[in-house]
Amino acid sequence: MFVLLEVMAISLIVSNNSQQGSAFFNSSNKLSGSVFLTQSNVVDYFSLSSVNKSLMDKNAELLTELEALRKPADSVFIPLDSALFAGIRFKGAKVINNSLRLLQNHLTINKGSNHGVKSGMGVINEQGVVGRVKSVSRNFSTIISLLHTEILVSSKIKSNDVFGSTKWDGLDPQKAKLMYVPRHVVAAIGDQVVTSGYNSIFPEGIPIGTIIEVKPGKDTNYLDITIKLDTDFSKISYVYLVESFQQPELDSLHQTTGITNE
Amino acid sequence: MNSIRVISILLTGFVYLVFQVLVLKNLVLFGTAFCFLYISYIILLPLDLKTIPTLLISFFLGLGVDLFYDTLGIHTAALLVIGFVRHRWVLVLLPKGGYDDDLQPSLLNMGLGWFLSYSLPLVLIHHTLFFYIESLGTDLFFTSLQKVIASAIFVLVMSIIVQLLLYRRRRGI
Repeated sequence: MFVLLEVMAISLIVSNNSQQGSAFFNSSNKLSGSVFLTQSNVVDYFSLSSVNKSLMDKNAELLTELEALRKPADSVFIPLDSALFAGIRFKGAKVINNSLRLLQNHLTINKGSNHGVKSGMGVINEQGVVGRVKSVSRNFSTIISLLHTEILVSSKIKSNDVFGSTKWDGLDPQKAKLMYVPRHVVAAIGDQVVTSGYNSIFPEGIPIGTIIEVKPGKDTNYLDITIKLDTDFSKISYVYLVESFQQPELDSLHQTTGITNE
Repeated sequence: MNSIRVISILLTGFVYLVFQVLVLKNLVLFGTAFCFLYISYIILLPLDLKTIPTLLISFFLGLGVDLFYDTLGIHTAALLVIGFVRHRWVLVLLPKGGYDDDLQPSLLNMGLGWFLSYSLPLVLIHHTLFFYIESLGTDLFFTSLQKVIASAIFVLVMSIIVQLLLYRRRRGI
């Protein structure tokens, strides 16, 4: 009996380790989803003021950007390449469950396949990268947080366009490592790290963090770079899902050519 | 074992589960001390409960907690080991004259010394399993060790507080 149940538990662990797990046994199923929704409906009132403030800040930032983009009356607009515009759409969602102290952290949001969420979509908020959608049920979905020891985000250093992968090392929920940056690269403290846009999960240039420490790696050809994450994972309450129209095409292209790009 | 007792046992389990996933899930001291109070429910099950019902209860409780923690299977695996070991461990610690029937092995019934020597190893087993399964594939040996020890102390203290506040001493002793 013990052996039987224990084997079941272990097989659950193993099957759940793949990044696209089944939607049933995690926080996106109907039961736990609705419990979390009720809980967050109550708890949300306590964070209303900080949420309002961050939304105001984002609004102000977007208004400034919009002002810069507005065309003067005597100008003409010529699109150069329609492929550049095909891109991306954002969807908003509310976070109803979040963890940051485990080694494999997840979030749950209140949008699911009914609202067009698909597994594999990128998730950001107004501060920076949050994670990727893992599994989707009808009204909820589970997101692998950036604070998950097995997620890699393709990223680059903004000042010199050197690219690497951001990975969380499981120690501090405010810091992560930038991996695979070769030793000859000059990485300065204070440089910004943003998404590279190579795999179309995230658009290019979404902030990830700021470099706070650069060390020569111990036994590899790579630098050991620590970044401070821009996203404050303890205060996430609303996120945006990135829907890329090019991703299926890009994925199938990568699959046929055998590239695994994180 | 009459049906009222069965229902009250299951109901207590449900209360522990709800309290765990709604309140204690967000309670982590210094980033290392987690509060997995639900294991004190398994620890405090009546002594005459056989291994198989204990295992079934552990399985479903663990699955319930896993569901809300998004750690599918890890809590279940760790909790099942406790459920399995518990009965044997109780027999090892048998006092002279044996146990009374349907006794709850709580602090109030058994005394602090017995309770600690009974529950500390179980809690340590659970936490060791949980944190090391969780950290598989990473090189965080000492971080996990720190979490195991800090969480074990935290859980035991919480468990003692809860027992002092909410549990009743068995009448007639």
